Amino acid sequence: MTVMEQRGAYRPSPPPAWQPRMDPAPLLPDAEPYRVLGTDTAAKADPDLLRRLYAQLVRGRRYNTQATALTKQGRLAVYPSSTGQEACEVAAALALEERDWLFPSYRDTLAVVARGVDPVETLTLLRGDWHNGYDPHTHRVAPLSTPLATQLPHAVGLAHAARLKGDDVVALAMVGDGGTSEGDFHEALNFAAVWQAPVVFLVQNNGFAISVPLAKQTAAPSLAHKAVGYGMPGRLVDGNDAAAVHEVLSDAVRHARAGGGPTLVEAVTYRVEAHTNADDATRYREDDEVETWRRHDPVQLLERELTARGLLDEAAIDAVRQDAEAMAADLRERMNQDPRLDPMDLFDHVYAEPTSQLREQRALLRTELAAEQDEQEGDPR
Amino acid sequence: MTTVAVKPATMAQALTRAMRDAMAADPAVHVMGEDVGTLGGVFRVTDGLAAEFGEDRCTDTPLAEAGILGAAVGMAMYGLRPVVEMQFDAFAYPAFEQLVSHVSRMRNRTRGRMPLPITVRVPYGGGIGGVEHHSDSSEAYYMATPGLHVVTPATVADAYGLLRQAIASDDPVVFLEPKRLYWSKDAWNADHPTDVEPIGRAVVRRPGSSATLITYGPSLPVCMEAAEAARAEGWDLEVVDLRSLVPFDDETVCASVRRTGRAVVVHESTGFGGPGGEIAARITERCFHHLEAPVLRVAGFDLPYPPPMLERHHLPGVDRVLDAVARLQWEAEN
Repeated sequence: MTVMEQRGAYRPSPPPAWQPRMDPAPLLPDAEPYRVLGTDTAAKADPDLLRRLYAQLVRGRRYNTQATALTKQGRLAVYPSSTGQEACEVAAALALEERDWLFPSYRDTLAVVARGVDPVETLTLLRGDWHNGYDPHTHRVAPLSTPLATQLPHAVGLAHAARLKGDDVVALAMVGDGGTSEGDFHEALNFAAVWQAPVVFLVQNNGFAISVPLAKQTAAPSLAHKAVGYGMPGRLVDGNDAAAVHEVLSDAVRHARAGGGPTLVEAVTYRVEAHTNADDATRYREDDEVETWRRHDPVQLLERELTARGLLDEAAIDAVRQDAEAMAADLRERMNQDPRLDPMDLFDHVYAEPTSQLREQRALLRTELAAEQDEQEGDPR
Repeated sequence: MTTVAVKPATMAQALTRAMRDAMAADPAVHVMGEDVGTLGGVFRVTDGLAAEFGEDRCTDTPLAEAGILGAAVGMAMYGLRPVVEMQFDAFAYPAFEQLVSHVSRMRNRTRGRMPLPITVRVPYGGGIGGVEHHSDSSEAYYMATPGLHVVTPATVADAYGLLRQAIASDDPVVFLEPKRLYWSKDAWNADHPTDVEPIGRAVVRRPGSSATLITYGPSLPVCMEAAEAARAEGWDLEVVDLRSLVPFDDETVCASVRRTGRAVVVHESTGFGGPGGEIAARITERCFHHLEAPVLRVAGFDLPYPPPMLERHHLPGVDRVLDAVARLQWEAEN
């Protein structure tokens, strides 16, 4: 009998029964970004919290304009403004407890400041006197990460380690829309979900990765939808609504702390300024679009809500602005002083114990510095 | 020299023992990687660790090298001492960004406030008949990254001693395991491992006076064999085992070359842009007036690692080392 003749009698065995590992429906984000301000939900929000958010928003806005001014004075090499995104920054910091950790990316200086770090120390990287200005352990803030999404697996590892040690610490990791295309984004979310690590991922979708719009970044229905593929909930929130971002992040933090595992939050926002002062945003977007978003301003949204509810009056607004102005004045004054640099620092933190090669190079630099000083002092040697 | 009669042990067993002892001594030590738990690693180097210390201490991770090393960074930030396995040399490449952009720099970036005590175990090199991506020698990439220590044992005693030191180090260490020496045996007492020289020190494995062979890891046995064979030619070769590529032991290497006046650097990785160029330059800068011949390199050819049926033509063997030594003699006589 030939193979062809046998074929009629052949009955393939059915594949083993397959079932999805979980129902994906509860993980899916809402169809619309969640909002609080201007809705009935706002009435239930804690007035003190809203006022704190407002004060931080105003400070954040002022910090952005001051830092941008410092680039024009040549005090900063570059500054990536987060104007328009202040609600995400402030909510990120205020959603955490003191023992929690924040993992910011390079645009997230406001979250770092709102966490309590000295504003001058957050600008060290951009001023160029050292790569990181603050002690990460003091306020539990990791260094601002310049490579995209690479800090996300750090957040997962730290949260995992904390849980192994029995500490109820949560890590909040921030990334932009462009960063979601990076491999480390995928690996971090996957590790977090498999390990059920207490991590919250906050994607600030500000529309552009420098000049590349979201449509060229991803084909997903939303960035929050990506969560489902990892087996974690995805939440979509209006990133300019400080109360909404705070509520969604706080829920996610509580969920993580209670052992519920990670959440991916996408905050839909907009970068109304250029990527940095070195970028020309008019080459890749229309003024109309920018104007539309400027009218959906996070500071104004909250200010109007608070004023309408009688939670904020002119005097209170003035007080908040004066506080922000004082912060800016202090920042300006301290940033306009030349930092004191010790070139010998170059060798002190490469290894716990310098190698013999580094000791030789250190000695060389010391000789060069001594010669420089002699020259300045007019020593004929 | 200890003369305790002991059962021969393999390098793989010594590495396992080192992790086991480190984990027993310090609860902060965590082993992680693909297949390191239930399976005990594809080379069985982590065999038994998950059973003894639990899956939280010896963890099978998702298959993602950047994720493994990236998570280890966060764990180290929180006070743990992760020991990560990269399974095979070329599998470590996805983790390069984490290694170069974060692991190597975190101490420096934070002015010493956030050191990362991470050990990255990378089984490396050829000679085991591995298919593509299973035999690379990537040490030059690691050496070119400031902030990393790069070590590689060639003896069973060093496998244990150097790995314990790497795990105890407050700085990141790339620990290169010569996989073709995993099953090499040595008289070594697992219950009373003797101390070895610290990371950063080279060791003279065989004293000699005609020329110095400078080598490490998988090429050490090749050089020892070459030195024995060279006796027939009347050459008395000294063999220096570097053990540590970063920090580099200029002192031991240069003292040897000054004695012998001739040097050959032997390694598997490519010659062009490889470790041998750096080593030859360092010797030339420091020992020029003691040299009676140019410093020569015997290295793998400058090609992607060859398929297993051709790898014996690529790997520097005893004959190629002896040819180089012969050229040293010729250079000296003319």
